[in-house]
Amino acid sequence: MRGPLRRMVGLARPRGARFALGVLAGAAATASGAGLLSLAAWLIATAATHPSVTALSVAVVLTRALGVTRGVTRYLERLVTHDAALRTLADVRVRVYERLARTEPVRRFRSPDLVTRLVSDTDATQDLLVRGLTPPLAAVVAGAGAVTLATALLVPGGLLLAAGLLVGGLVVPVVAAALSRASGSRQAEARAELSTALVDALHGAQDLAAYGATGRAVARVEAADAVLTATARRDAGLLGLGAGASALVAGLTLWGTLLLGVAAVTDGSLGTVPLAVLVLTALASFEIVAPLPAAAARLGAVRASGERLFDVLDTPPAVRDPGGAGVLAPGALQVRDLRVRYAPGEPWALDGLDLDVAPGTRVAVVGPSGSGKSTLAAVLFRFLDADSGTVAIGGTALTEVSADTARGVVSGVPQQPHMFTGSVAANLRLARPDATDDALWDVLGRVRLADDVAAMPGRLDADVGEHGIRLSGGMRQRLALARALLTDASLLVLDEPTTHLDPDTRDAVLADLLAAAGGRAVLLVTHDLDRLETMDAIHVVVGGRVVQHGTHADLLARDGWYRSAHRLAPLAATVPGS
Amino acid sequence: MKPLDPRLLRAARAVRTHLAVTVACGFALTGLILTQAWLVAHIVGGATDGQGLDELGPLVAAVAGVAIGRAVLAYGAEAAALRSAAAAKSQLRRRIVAHVSDGPGRGPATAGELATLTTRGLDALDDYLARYLPQLVLAALVPIAVLVVVASADWVSAVVIAVTLPLIPLFMALVGMHTQARTRRQWTLLQRLGGHFLDVVEGLPTLALFRRAKAEAALVRRVTDEHRDATMGTLRVAFLSAFVLELLATLAVALVAVEVGFRLLYGQLDLTTALLVLVLAPEAYLPLREVGARFHASMEGIAAAESAFAVLEAPRPQVPGTGATARRGSVSLEVDDVRFTWPGRDVPVLDGLTVTVSDGRSVLLTGRSGAGKSTLLALLLRFAEPQAGSIRADGVPLHELDADAWRARVAWVPQHPHLFDDTVAANIALGAPDADAVQIAAAVAAAELTDVVEALPDGLATRVGERGARLSAGQRQRVALARAFLRDPDLVLLDEPTAHLDPDNARAVRASTARLLQGRTGIVVAHDRGWSDVVDETVVLTDGCAGASPAGTTKGTPAALVGRDCRPSDHRRSQGVAT
Repeated sequence: MRGPLRRMVGLARPRGARFALGVLAGAAATASGAGLLSLAAWLIATAATHPSVTALSVAVVLTRALGVTRGVTRYLERLVTHDAALRTLADVRVRVYERLARTEPVRRFRSPDLVTRLVSDTDATQDLLVRGLTPPLAAVVAGAGAVTLATALLVPGGLLLAAGLLVGGLVVPVVAAALSRASGSRQAEARAELSTALVDALHGAQDLAAYGATGRAVARVEAADAVLTATARRDAGLLGLGAGASALVAGLTLWGTLLLGVAAVTDGSLGTVPLAVLVLTALASFEIVAPLPAAAARLGAVRASGERLFDVLDTPPAVRDPGGAGVLAPGALQVRDLRVRYAPGEPWALDGLDLDVAPGTRVAVVGPSGSGKSTLAAVLFRFLDADSGTVAIGGTALTEVSADTARGVVSGVPQQPHMFTGSVAANLRLARPDATDDALWDVLGRVRLADDVAAMPGRLDADVGEHGIRLSGGMRQRLALARALLTDASLLVLDEPTTHLDPDTRDAVLADLLAAAGGRAVLLVTHDLDRLETMDAIHVVVGGRVVQHGTHADLLARDGWYRSAHRLAPLAATVPGS
Repeated sequence: MKPLDPRLLRAARAVRTHLAVTVACGFALTGLILTQAWLVAHIVGGATDGQGLDELGPLVAAVAGVAIGRAVLAYGAEAAALRSAAAAKSQLRRRIVAHVSDGPGRGPATAGELATLTTRGLDALDDYLARYLPQLVLAALVPIAVLVVVASADWVSAVVIAVTLPLIPLFMALVGMHTQARTRRQWTLLQRLGGHFLDVVEGLPTLALFRRAKAEAALVRRVTDEHRDATMGTLRVAFLSAFVLELLATLAVALVAVEVGFRLLYGQLDLTTALLVLVLAPEAYLPLREVGARFHASMEGIAAAESAFAVLEAPRPQVPGTGATARRGSVSLEVDDVRFTWPGRDVPVLDGLTVTVSDGRSVLLTGRSGAGKSTLLALLLRFAEPQAGSIRADGVPLHELDADAWRARVAWVPQHPHLFDDTVAANIALGAPDADAVQIAAAVAAAELTDVVEALPDGLATRVGERGARLSAGQRQRVALARAFLRDPDLVLLDEPTAHLDPDNARAVRASTARLLQGRTGIVVAHDRGWSDVVDETVVLTDGCAGASPAGTTKGTPAALVGRDCRPSDHRRSQGVAT
């Protein structure tokens, strides 16, 4: 139950000293507020007995001091805890990143939503420290002080205050947070239905208008909205209980204190000055627990984040990496009887695939979508381990050397090459950190991107924007290719390098790409059958295995998937490659 | 930034009710706060004067009464506020959906944002309405009430409070202005550093491929540390405004306490009055502090309301025309010298386009991306109106026809058809909800969907999931084709029906399209010249106007195509490069 929270706190342990300082400052700030009233009560009640001015002088100075300390210590608390939380965040991010880098997040964290959520779950660590833990810990320290003072004045009064603070600071927030969670899960179904109806009505607005169905979609949104609103209105009564209970506990504690205090004054066990102090302490103390309902709610959210985060951190690596110093000499790629599936019980993505790529040759792997082509690319990139079969370069299995050694020989362009926020040069130098500007211009020229980059403001230093948004689709693919060409890899695997490009760009990119590869071997994974005439061999993969292979001419001459599929793309058949 | 957007009051009836209830609760709560302070002062003062529980009993009991009153009020106000928030969100949501679905405009470009706004976005109103507004009301009521009571008891304390209270908003505004300038200067830096981790995690496969994954770990730490430095620099200033608030509020209470203490010492004041002032002084500042603490809630709530009103106040595209039009099997189209510029763009996407499609014939529309092919289909569907030129159907200008009646004659298969989270049958019957099983089965067969449907666990009754997630792109395309078959249209508009399909799927889609086009008027937008076997004529769109159809691909009568001289325009050179 406590697991994820405790482990998240564990992540923050190296910053424990700073964090403790923050809690102390927070406690001092809270205590100053309550203490000010207690002290002022003493000052006033004592003044009413008309003592000499000197008897009050210390209290006067202290009162003024407390008036300043609350602001100062609160400011300190916020700075120190934020600093500690941000330092912890750096530790946590590095840990999460290192784990992800080891587990090769190709499949499990492939969806952009999952990545975004993982990152925000990581960032939730700061929330835990600043908003989740500091307020309750500071409240414990300050509350203990208030109870001690009250007990010193009148034991039953102290006990009553302790009970009131416990109920108001622990029971009420925890119950309120649980009620709110329960309400959240009650509304989840209605929310999901509303969200689906909204997505349909908004994303499908044109389809709906074209088919005269807009009215029905809007009616569905309104029906879903009515259900959610009705649930929310019903739950409003429950959610208001927390606020009511907090007010009740504070008020009744004050009432009890007055009752006990006046009785104690009557029977002589309490003086009149301590009575004033006791009553105003009880009155001011509930400010200590005021932030706790929000903290409890925050802790619930952070715990959910922690659960998801540790789920990722605890996942065993997807790729076995022997590490070590094994070497891999460039040579022919040999794939034998490769079988891969993404989880036990799932269908085989690759089911006994055989493939050869001789040094310096150009080989295409084609086939319908879902036939396992991209899984092959993932295995070659060492993003994924095969369940059986071998992948060898020059006779050495890829799995016998470290993943990074293998990637020194096999590189290329993955299906969705990522462009990092930053300059063109920085994106290119990922592949070769020590490349000179001349080398970059050379490789940009080879993929015919040099003119475009030269026209950008800042040239090589031009910012490509988030995800390379400032580049066109064709430019992004060319840049990804240029990046691959900067490596020393002797085999370039290009996974669907021309999807999402319009046909004119597609033809040009493919032609440039094959020309730029020079003497390296190229394995082109594609579903696009245009311009394969120049390939040395074409392998047709259907259902995870090679069903046909040969040159373009061979395959066109034979009956089979390739020829029948090719007929449907008459552009390549009627327009000779140029 | 206003604390309460008047448009919110006008737009949501629930907000008006809520405000009235909140103000009423605010008055009641203010009364109880004053009563409690009065009771505490008199009980402690009375006990000091030697009165026992016999005399003070009723006063002590009244404290319990006040406690219960405050609890009931706190509960009722919060529950009512959440209830109003739910109602207000519902009212805004319905208005947005009604507004947006009225004119489908440019399509799904902003649909994602709108969906987020109408669900999670509007949730920001919960905190705003339930937590921030009530405190704002209290911040207006309580200090004044406290001042009045304190002034009647002890005018010197009232002066201290009256002088310090306005200083708080003043100083906060001064600090706020300074902070804002500084934060704005740092904003880009913070954005860049803050986004780095996400960027690196997203790009991890690429980093791994280039053997940079391990090296980047050091960079993650360095950038996060830089981010911390920059953030702390901003926070040091940003927290100043809270510092000023806390400092002034507490210092003022301390000053009042000392001042009251001395006047008590010199006999100018009695203990009960002094206690009343002491208990009330912090209450004058508390609502201000609470408002400060909920500043974020207010910003988010106001931002959500502003986004909602930005949508609601955007002009609705006008779809004129009321003329009747009836199905007759096919239609003839004349597009004459049409110019169209999308809102927010400088360059017309169509400029002097003239195309004629005669009765029952089909045309393949090709041209590079951005040439205006899909725009022409949008104009034909009346999603937008051309700014110049005319489009006539059977000789009648399109804008004179009732849009819904006209669309009923058209079947549209968009590039990315939207499938609704419903059954396959319901998706096919989108345009004909009353279609019977036989008609649907015929449409399924015509669209070559029979095998697909048979493979689904519940056949036609299988739910396709959100946006048709259960089906592949090719299958979704064929469901959209089945929609078109079921409609039995006069005009068929197909937008890139095979662009993202592998050859097997493309073949199936092409075969069924050929059947759909038989005897009907059709326009097929495609890059792929293979479609020329299926259609009668080919039109190449270049820079927003129709060019000659390339030799050898036209089976029909070239005379039907009137190509205009294309106007040269330099800015088009940039096409193909995203902005």
